Amino acid sequence: MPEAIKQTSAEPMILMEGVHKWYGQFHVLKDINLNVQQGERIVLCGPSGSGKSTAIRCLNRLEEHQQGRIIIDGTELTHDLKHIEAVRREVGMVFQHFNLFPHLTVLQNCTLAPMWVRKMPKREAEEVAMHYLERVRIPEQAHKYPGQLSGGQQQRVAIARALCMKPKIMLFDEPTSALDPEMVKEVLDTMVGLAEDGMTMLCVTHEMGFARTVANRVIFLDKGEIVEQNEPEAFFTNPQNERTQLFLSQIIH
Amino acid sequence: MQTHTFKPDLPPPALSVGVVGWLRANLFSSWFNTLLTLFAAYLVWLIVPPLIQWALIDADWTGTTRADCTSGGACWVFVQQRFGQFMYGFYPTELRWRVDLTLWLAIIGAAPLFVPQMPRKAMYGLVFLVVYPLLAYWLLHGGFLGLATVPTSRWGGLMLTLVIAAVGIAGALPLGIMLALGRRSDMPAIRVICVTFIEFWRGVPLITVLFMSSVMLPLFLPEGMSFDKLMRALIGVILFQSAYIAEVVRGGLQAIPKGQYEAAAAMGLGYWRMMGLVVLPQALKLVIPGIVNTFIALFKDTSLVIIIGLFDLLNSIKQATTDPAWLGMATEGYVFAALIFWIFCFGMSRYSQHLERKLDTGHKR
Repeated sequence: MPEAIKQTSAEPMILMEGVHKWYGQFHVLKDINLNVQQGERIVLCGPSGSGKSTAIRCLNRLEEHQQGRIIIDGTELTHDLKHIEAVRREVGMVFQHFNLFPHLTVLQNCTLAPMWVRKMPKREAEEVAMHYLERVRIPEQAHKYPGQLSGGQQQRVAIARALCMKPKIMLFDEPTSALDPEMVKEVLDTMVGLAEDGMTMLCVTHEMGFARTVANRVIFLDKGEIVEQNEPEAFFTNPQNERTQLFLSQIIH
Repeated sequence: MQTHTFKPDLPPPALSVGVVGWLRANLFSSWFNTLLTLFAAYLVWLIVPPLIQWALIDADWTGTTRADCTSGGACWVFVQQRFGQFMYGFYPTELRWRVDLTLWLAIIGAAPLFVPQMPRKAMYGLVFLVVYPLLAYWLLHGGFLGLATVPTSRWGGLMLTLVIAAVGIAGALPLGIMLALGRRSDMPAIRVICVTFIEFWRGVPLITVLFMSSVMLPLFLPEGMSFDKLMRALIGVILFQSAYIAEVVRGGLQAIPKGQYEAAAAMGLGYWRMMGLVVLPQALKLVIPGIVNTFIALFKDTSLVIIIGLFDLLNSIKQATTDPAWLGMATEGYVFAALIFWIFCFGMSRYSQHLERKLDTGHKR
């Protein structure tokens, strides 16, 4: 990363200041302010359409915010493509529908970005990839194609693929929502392992058990606003806002 | 605790499998289909035996003049006597080895690309694509490095057909891909240019393009300046076909889910790497049937160069049939032309099917 845009590490990893976003006339994000320190693990939750996915997709500029500032590890996200690509190199993302590349093997999925973005030699990239595939406990699938794996396995490959870039921040956009129930746990276990290693994580999820065990902070969004945020224990046992109470009563039986 | 015992797999009913099952299911499944089957069999019996009789059994294969054709069937002597002209046109007989060598170099040079274990295949393919055309130009046209010039006006026959088809395909595919990407670009200026280009070339007939390139273009060029007629036809073919390729490829691009673009972008891949490594490999694989369809059409459309007086395979044959010594041989000539065209087109079709199977990574959604 160029020196000019890199600042001291005492800065927060993620800083959102007064972020607004509109889809046409629809105001999806309203004055979002967020400060995430290194190693923090944040869970975002909220009803569908609340803007939680949009919020984390703004963090690597898959969505563009129209007002306010977003600074990732000292680099501000603007129209400057260099800044955007610099941020994307440091921010890994895991999607609801995995989005593995079906024409490449699992190993090739994992080595693609390190080789072409980080300019890593093929051999080294493959070593890194195997290391992370072992971490997500599917090294034996390395030479298969994504279409041959189960949903849970595919999502674990997607996590390994993101980790191969050695990102400073990991974003998870509903990583277990598209999985069969019996596969949710294997993916969550992988994510818990990642959290234990001190990765800075932002996770959009409805897995409240995961939020309780892993998160430092739970953020509740509704209608594009941060309605409430708190430590998980306090958030779940003693929600302050009536919207939060209603939401929790609907998802926890 | 109760243990559930699963039922064992049973074989399917005998009448639904095997040859009998296939016949029943496909040919004789109802009285109407049985009727159709019998009618089709009658048609085949009506057409095929006389054809074989004419083309193979009653045919004359050896001789030197039409007087040797006495048996009443096909007179392949004609094709045999004029074979050189059909293959090389007016290319000087003593220099025809250069055409043969060009073809052999293409076959030998491309062969490693079909070896699965070949290392650095992409690199080799790229070098081949750059070096071979220069080499082929030198061998076919000559004029430097010790080879005598053979002007393109003397090129002809199958060789000319293959030159037009190969150059057309090699030029139209990359240009078409760029146009397809341009048409989906975020940049309005590029989009407008690509849409205009595609719609213009798709809107005019190929004959018009060739005619314009041959007759009209020289009128617009400054006095004394001219460039080769074949070259003009080649450029016309490339521009024309690239518009079709562009639309085929665009169909493939639209079929790639948004998530693929997002995943590639989220990893930090820029536009060209995202397209080159993630999107195009998948999109092109999806549209192989459409691309090959266009190539086959292109191959057959090469015969339209007859309109600007180039002697491709078809025109060479047509011309030979007007030779007073071989009057009345048009059927043999055109059957031969059809056979050659069919072999090449069928070859392309089979190869595309092979490619589809090979590239199938079992992800059909």
